[in-house]
Amino acid sequence: MNFSVLQFPASNCDQDAVHAARLLGHSARLVWHKDTSLGDTDIVIVPGGFSYGDYLRCGAIARFSPVMQAVKQFADNGGLVLGLCNGFQVLTEAGLLPGALIRNRDLQFHCENIYLKTLTTDSPFTNKIPTGKNLRLPIAHGEGCYFADEPTLASLKANNQILWQYCDAAGNVTDKANPNGSLQNIAGICNERRNVAALMPHPERACELILGNDDGKWIFESVIAALKSKPALAVV
Amino acid sequence: MSIIDRIIILTRLPPPFIPNFTGASMKAKIIITPKKAVLDPQGKTVQNALAHMGYTGVTGVHIGKYIEIDLAPGTDKAAAEKAINDAAHKLLSNPVIEDYKLEIE
Repeated sequence: MNFSVLQFPASNCDQDAVHAARLLGHSARLVWHKDTSLGDTDIVIVPGGFSYGDYLRCGAIARFSPVMQAVKQFADNGGLVLGLCNGFQVLTEAGLLPGALIRNRDLQFHCENIYLKTLTTDSPFTNKIPTGKNLRLPIAHGEGCYFADEPTLASLKANNQILWQYCDAAGNVTDKANPNGSLQNIAGICNERRNVAALMPHPERACELILGNDDGKWIFESVIAALKSKPALAVV
Repeated sequence: MSIIDRIIILTRLPPPFIPNFTGASMKAKIIITPKKAVLDPQGKTVQNALAHMGYTGVTGVHIGKYIEIDLAPGTDKAAAEKAINDAAHKLLSNPVIEDYKLEIE
């Protein structure tokens, strides 16, 4: 499977995403933000970091990079897109996912392990996550508080678009387990069509035990399984 | 062409057929504020700080952004307002979480 990992000025988890994909036996390449074509791609990863210095708003400027046109087209054609941390911010700014990410409620940058409860295995990003397994993943963000208005939240719930919520080690979704104030402890969502998803935690940094966690591999395995059962998409 | 390129080009527009004899430079002023429904922990923190400093009667603090865009003298005001409103919607503010006010002078 071919992973295309976007690279904006000041992305810093692009190499981690490439490494994770290769570790799991797949091919991965970096795509510079000025490129207008993705090439042979099975999934686009929008990586973590501080694209454009987080100037104006996180992801606000990256969304206008030339490569994002190709990403939009790829997503419109049904291609899989996964945003990680800053990638989540870029995708909401680009309108590929609803809502927005704002400053953490305690104004602190949080760099710690959290637990994620997977709300549904009915998606290309969660289909391999074992039932009842709460993923332990690292977060590292200052603007990870998910916000959306009431109608949007209701719609996300109704369409089963909330993929992950912050929980404690036992799987309880509590305020204490919420590191940034995200509404309804939302850590990750997908679009209505279920081909674009994003989360604030870093699964790409959690695929090897030597780094402390390897639960991130469940999300990558899910994506691979979904791709294997799909017909190939046209190259954009 | 990115929005930033468009703003830069807008500020380099030649004067309209009827020149602006005053030659005064124009400025677009945009005030961006968080929507009321959005959590504003910065505002709350500043409110607490004001209370600690002894200021009374403060019932709320909201922190936003101020952006100034310099426009070439003689730029058509209506066209500039339309273009900057468009830019404000797409780039300068995020309509999901922010409101904005635009003034051109």
